[in-house]
Amino acid sequence: MIMADLIAVLPELILTGVILALLVVDAVLPRGRQAIGGWTAFAGVVLAGLATVALWGPPRTAFSQMIIKDQFALFINLVILVGTGLTILVSFRDLSNEGMTLGEYYPLLLSASLGMLIMVSGNHLMVIYLGLELMSLPLFVLAGFLKRDARSAEAALKYFLLSVFSSGVLLYGMTLAYGLTGLLSLEGLRQLLGPERSLPAVLVVVVLLTGGLAFKISAVPFHMWVPDVYEGSPTAVAAFMSVATKAAAFGVLARLLTVALVALQPYWTSVVWILAVLTMTVGNVTAIHQTNVKRMLAYSSIAQAGYIMIGLVAANEIGLTGVLVYLAVYTFMNLGAFSLVIALSRAGRRGDQIQDFAGLARTHPVAAAVLVVFLLSLVGVPPTGGFIGKFLLFSSAIQAQQLGLAIIGVLNSVVSLSYYFRLVQVMYTGEPPAVPAPPMARSVAVALAVMGVAILAIGLYPGPVIDWAKDGAMALGAAEPVSSLLARP
Amino acid sequence: MNVAGFPLLTLITFLPVAGALLILLTPREAGRRIRPEMIACVATVATFLFSLWLLPGFQRSAPGMQFVEGPIPWIPTIGVQYFLGVDGISLPLVLLTTLLCVVAVLCSLGPIRERLKEYYALLLVLETGMVGVFVSLDLVLFYVFWETVLIPMYFLIGVWGGPRRAYASIKFFLYTLFGSVFLLLGILVLAFHYHAVTGEYTFNLLRLLELPLPATYQFGLFLAFFLGFAVKVPMVPFHTWLPDAHVEAPTAGSVLLAGVLLKMGAYGLIRFNLPLFPLASHVLAPAMVALGLMGIIYGALVTLAQTDLKKLIAYSSVSHMGFIILGLFTFNLQGLTGAVLQMVNHGISTGALFLIVGMIYERRHTRQIHDLGGLAARMPVFATLFAITAFSSLGLPGLNNFVGEFLVLLGAFRVTWVWTALALIGVVLSAAYLLWCYQRMMFGPLEKPENQTLEDCTRLEVAYMAPLILLMFWIGLAPGPTIEVMEAAVQQVVIQVSSIAPAILPAGGAYGP
Repeated sequence: MIMADLIAVLPELILTGVILALLVVDAVLPRGRQAIGGWTAFAGVVLAGLATVALWGPPRTAFSQMIIKDQFALFINLVILVGTGLTILVSFRDLSNEGMTLGEYYPLLLSASLGMLIMVSGNHLMVIYLGLELMSLPLFVLAGFLKRDARSAEAALKYFLLSVFSSGVLLYGMTLAYGLTGLLSLEGLRQLLGPERSLPAVLVVVVLLTGGLAFKISAVPFHMWVPDVYEGSPTAVAAFMSVATKAAAFGVLARLLTVALVALQPYWTSVVWILAVLTMTVGNVTAIHQTNVKRMLAYSSIAQAGYIMIGLVAANEIGLTGVLVYLAVYTFMNLGAFSLVIALSRAGRRGDQIQDFAGLARTHPVAAAVLVVFLLSLVGVPPTGGFIGKFLLFSSAIQAQQLGLAIIGVLNSVVSLSYYFRLVQVMYTGEPPAVPAPPMARSVAVALAVMGVAILAIGLYPGPVIDWAKDGAMALGAAEPVSSLLARP
Repeated sequence: MNVAGFPLLTLITFLPVAGALLILLTPREAGRRIRPEMIACVATVATFLFSLWLLPGFQRSAPGMQFVEGPIPWIPTIGVQYFLGVDGISLPLVLLTTLLCVVAVLCSLGPIRERLKEYYALLLVLETGMVGVFVSLDLVLFYVFWETVLIPMYFLIGVWGGPRRAYASIKFFLYTLFGSVFLLLGILVLAFHYHAVTGEYTFNLLRLLELPLPATYQFGLFLAFFLGFAVKVPMVPFHTWLPDAHVEAPTAGSVLLAGVLLKMGAYGLIRFNLPLFPLASHVLAPAMVALGLMGIIYGALVTLAQTDLKKLIAYSSVSHMGFIILGLFTFNLQGLTGAVLQMVNHGISTGALFLIVGMIYERRHTRQIHDLGGLAARMPVFATLFAITAFSSLGLPGLNNFVGEFLVLLGAFRVTWVWTALALIGVVLSAAYLLWCYQRMMFGPLEKPENQTLEDCTRLEVAYMAPLILLMFWIGLAPGPTIEVMEAAVQQVVIQVSSIAPAILPAGGAYGP
């Protein structure tokens, strides 16, 4: 029994072991050799990823059904781990640029990753909350990692305050759900939490749970922290936050909405619809005026969350498949865009103004071309993975008779072209700055190559990824009730 | 039917992009001897020759798709397939595309001096996209190629273009993307409606044609598809991207933009809107014809006022494409044949006109007509080529545009003489602006000192104009073979678009075959 449980959480165990090992390693490492810690962390992430792939198959539950490792959780786990691995690759350069020599960076990053894995696999509200907090705490520290930069400290403080507030809201929703049903397991809530319980109360539950998670997915109007936190944090941390936390939070939200709150679907569909429309539109429109690339990417990632929410509004098989595929593609393209900001930065200069990209096509032609691929994918132009993701999401909206939502989605995609391609124009027609960007670090180059190839591969041959995502979507819809759950909270 | 099972269409479609990869992957040192222009020349000429190979095996009397490849599942979960084929409508367009790409590469050899690798690679990727649009039989595959065309065109205009290229390129991309996303929504609604009725996910055009659509769906889908195609054609009032894009693009970009990209919009209308939504096509035909006529007349009037040579030809494109729209919505054999023939003719003539402008710009670095004048004395060969092209474009009998325009006017006349009369105004105006332009540029005294030292056409320039000039004469004097290729497929479209309740069709020959 215990063995089966432990096998089910093998990726988490691997990460835990690596975190502990890193703490020890860091203590004995001579100064200036922090990269060893980084590579250890990378190896750990790769191992955890392999373990996740090995677990692929019929759903397994563990620890009295509090953890569920179905294909949905495994897909998102893999996306999170890939995101973490790529972040580690680009962190080497970022850390040296910003002069951050503390070795705690890697165990903190992996701890956040661990929290995300737990959160997405949670079949029980307490486990979800545990994972959420485990994810958030290291991120507070990471956001403020640039000790001598006031903006970094401001970012950390803002993130901390707003995160704690939203966790409180989420917890309140959870306790209300417990109060209404006497249960905390998602399966139990699915069976007992319906409009007949007390309509005002369950509506409050829906709003609180969605609102608490909406902060983490940067939905409007819970998005105000995003530009400031992304701009102030170290760029690698901002990148990590934009892809991994979003993937994890979406995973939790999808599971909550389609499993625990499935009886209340007519109610939460409207709520998510409003959030989706607001998020897409506000994110895109505000991004148009940005001159700081990191802020522009922050607003763009807000808008991207809006597109993903279209899949949740539809909540059909194509919709959830689209959510998963888009999260995977989004990880690559958003991380990629941030990685280029890292590549352009050097000691003492952040590299995040649009002017820093001027003439990049002449000085670094391959990097510029790869960024064009990422930007095309963010707009959703074929033959990139972003198009496949948006195709699935818009299809799901149409199949769910949500034509208005689909129209808003496509119009937003068109609008987004204007600010993404401002970067392209500057790169290809601008004059390179007097002080040229430094040659690209090899780890960043490898990361960029992997991400660029992945985006084009998914765009040209999406079949396998869509099939895996579909398995995940079906696993979510096919959750079976277990009668013994009702015996305990 | 394949030629001995050989995937000829796949080869024609993807050979250019293979050439592009070859160009990009050539290491810098080897690039001194294996120049990108050479690879591009070889790739485009090879593609053109392979596309010619389609002609012998093509059966002129069969209306359906030929050289069919697939359907091979591409994204099985949602029913997207890799499905290619040509018929009498797409085959001439494929040949036009491959020929114009050869011409585009040849005409770039002189003017393009920097970033050659990227330029020729983009040109080849553009060719793949354009050919792919014409041969795709799966709607999503069509859409992927349709959108893929925008990317290299954006860069061609934005990097190698004129002074306002930044504005022109993003305007082009935004406008066309705006139309295209509605096309995507239309495709999705159509496919999901099919799924709701039959339980099967497919984007296969031939399967989707089998399902008759209720009226509300037809109207909505017609408009959605129309928005995507209308921006490309370009129909008034969605045409404002065209002058900027054409003026700022490099010569090869303009040739391909006018010669092929505009045809993609018209092709979409005849391939999708008419067969899939016949009822909506009939009801909306007067509105469409009105927009076409507006394009003809308004386009011609604006052309008359132009002093920039490239802008003049750009607006003349708006006017000529109006003829094609008029022809499409007559729904009879003459009008539709004329429209398809005009697609080919306009590609040849306007492509040649842009090449002419390119030659002038190379020498004088100005496109303002008043900077030129009396050039015929210095450049007799150029004057001859320009004259033939100008007469072709204005529809002189004996040259290609006359045949197409005459068929369109005949088809329009079968519906009502009013349409023909209005369209003829456009013919007169096109003669006016072309002849006036020619006269101001080529005749008159050779006053300006800069013009007095101009060189006549080089052999390369004559070489790339030659095939177009020959085609102008051939289609103009012996249009039979060309029309024969199109006939069966056009006939089938006429039948498909007439397949609505007899009560709606007016009695008599106007709408019949």
